[in-house]
Amino acid sequence: MRQSFGLFAALALTLGATSAFAADKPIVGLITKTNTNPFFVKMKAGAEEAAKANDVELRSFAGKVDGDNEGQVAAIENLIAAGAKGILITPNDSRAIVPAVEKARAAGILVIALDTPLDPANAADATFATDNFLAGQLIGQWAAKTLGAKAASAKIALLDLNVNQISVDVARDQGFLKGFGIDLGNPAKIGDEKDARIVGHDVTLGSEEGGRKAMENLLQKDPGISLVYTINEPAAAGAYEALRSVGRDKDVLIVSVDGGCPGVRNVKDGVIGATSMQFPLLMAAKGVEAVKAFASGGGKPKASPGLDFVNTGVELVTDKPAGEMPSIDSAAALKKCWG
Amino acid sequence: MTDIGSSRPAAQAFELVLDKGESRVAEFEVRARSPLQKLQHFLHANPTAVPAIVLLLSVAAFGFTVGSRFLSTFNLSLIIQQVTIIGVIGAAQTLIVITAGIDLSVGAIMVLCSIIMGKLAVTLGLPAPIALLVGVAAGAGCGVLNGALVTRLKLPPFIVTLGTWSIFFALNLWYSASETIRSQEVAKIAPLLQALGTPVNVLGARFTYGSFFMLGLVALIWFVLNRTAFGRHLYAVGDDPDAARLSGIRTDRILFSVYVIAGVICALGAWTLIGRIGSISPQAGQTANLDSITAVVVGGASLFGGRGSIIGTLIGALIVGVFRNGLALSDVDVLWQEFAVGWLIIIAVALDQWIRKVSA
Repeated sequence: MRQSFGLFAALALTLGATSAFAADKPIVGLITKTNTNPFFVKMKAGAEEAAKANDVELRSFAGKVDGDNEGQVAAIENLIAAGAKGILITPNDSRAIVPAVEKARAAGILVIALDTPLDPANAADATFATDNFLAGQLIGQWAAKTLGAKAASAKIALLDLNVNQISVDVARDQGFLKGFGIDLGNPAKIGDEKDARIVGHDVTLGSEEGGRKAMENLLQKDPGISLVYTINEPAAAGAYEALRSVGRDKDVLIVSVDGGCPGVRNVKDGVIGATSMQFPLLMAAKGVEAVKAFASGGGKPKASPGLDFVNTGVELVTDKPAGEMPSIDSAAALKKCWG
Repeated sequence: MTDIGSSRPAAQAFELVLDKGESRVAEFEVRARSPLQKLQHFLHANPTAVPAIVLLLSVAAFGFTVGSRFLSTFNLSLIIQQVTIIGVIGAAQTLIVITAGIDLSVGAIMVLCSIIMGKLAVTLGLPAPIALLVGVAAGAGCGVLNGALVTRLKLPPFIVTLGTWSIFFALNLWYSASETIRSQEVAKIAPLLQALGTPVNVLGARFTYGSFFMLGLVALIWFVLNRTAFGRHLYAVGDDPDAARLSGIRTDRILFSVYVIAGVICALGAWTLIGRIGSISPQAGQTANLDSITAVVVGGASLFGGRGSIIGTLIGALIVGVFRNGLALSDVDVLWQEFAVGWLIIIAVALDQWIRKVSA
């Protein structure tokens, strides 16, 4: 018994010693919502590249499914125990994660929210994100300009993410409506608008299957739908299949958000009229750089002017530019796309 | 034998006592029953009656509240299209639930097989029929793993398939690199993979080959369950495995094969999935396992095994489809659609329990 305890102690000492040797590089933790969505897969790839370039050690974690808060809390606890210098997190639950984030910050760790702000936003040291409201606004304005005189009589279907009304979902949906020129009611709530041009909202879970089913049901509600907003490009692809099956693929306009490579190719093929591209690789890379600067004794990142987060940019992608709106075409976008 | 011609030989002394005993053979007691008991008995004897009645009532209710937009042949056939994938996967789930098991990995097997079919045919450029066959073989392989763990290691099916669900899903993400193959690429290189999405118009209704495929599969399984020894053995194993083994059924072999068959059906489900959504996405089918269990339960099968029918499952899938489509057309918020489907499951199981209490 005593002998084995001695062995165990020796083993623990060796392990402790080796980890102490390995800890000369600052540890950066990346916690994504899931490890399944290509958006987060690319974000992780961007963080890995940046970690190599900045000579830091990256440790990646993810929630099990969309909305898994407990898994993310456990990941933060592990990173605190490992003595991480910084944590980059795309929160599954912007409010519920805050107590765990506070613990990390109390331990002297720099916490940066990526893609989705915390609630309150200042619970993190900084936020690097797409301006999702602007992303929605751009495709809304593009749709209004493209439809021209027909915009007044448009029939609009909105394909959202899920029933939870998370911040990204709400911002894109409401941004689109505002860009199109529709009175929002409460801009923090999907579905309270009174405009007669809205046929309805449905949820897609951001997948092709969900997009197809939601589009089919909304077409049953009103076969005259002329404009479709989608939360992301997989949902847009599903909606297009539904429209194609009833021969409406040529005369219905689909707009989307994301800028994933399959989505950009769908812009090129005329499936999607316009999409707002975001830059997950950039978010992760900037996050890693900020932690490196902080670990080397620098300060914390500053928010973009007029916003409470660091805006990592959004670009309108379309092959049919509308008026004076700045945009890039699908060929240029294919060089920048992710996934 | 002394008194020839008499109907009974004279009893010996020790047999005299028998006259005081019961001379009738065993028989069921027939009591005068209340109408409710009569109904209960009818429903017990016809396990698909409850879901069929619920389906008719829900169609009638939505027809009444929503009107022609819901009741149009196009919309009703659309619901059949929408439940095609769950109908196929639910068929696999039914077989397993009849044996008192459960398979949480059906959705993951389906997605993994669809990725394999797509990778082989579109990315590697193999002939589409070969890609399909390899996909089906992969589904069988997943079933072999489930079946072996359940029968050889004697682990509970719930635990086994909880584990393999994660395993198959991880393999799917690894093999696909989380990347979607677009519908246009599938159509250009391997149109056979999308064949089950081909529409068929009949008198204003719109079906797809996939819907017919699902109906054909259900018919085939109905035949197997009700007209073959293998089918009866499934029920026997699910109802009482010990009794089944003692009566000469090789229960392990039956259980093992049912998981393999379920894997093959899930692979066929992958083919219908590609037909329906066009593209091949590692994100697809995430709710398929729970949706399939919902269809099976609403269709009147018992999770305790030995009771369930494939027609019931198809009707169960249709009930859920009717509810979701009807509520969407009634402008009910998606949140309350979830709420309603939740109650639907509870009520279906409560009805099932009530019927099982039948004593006559």
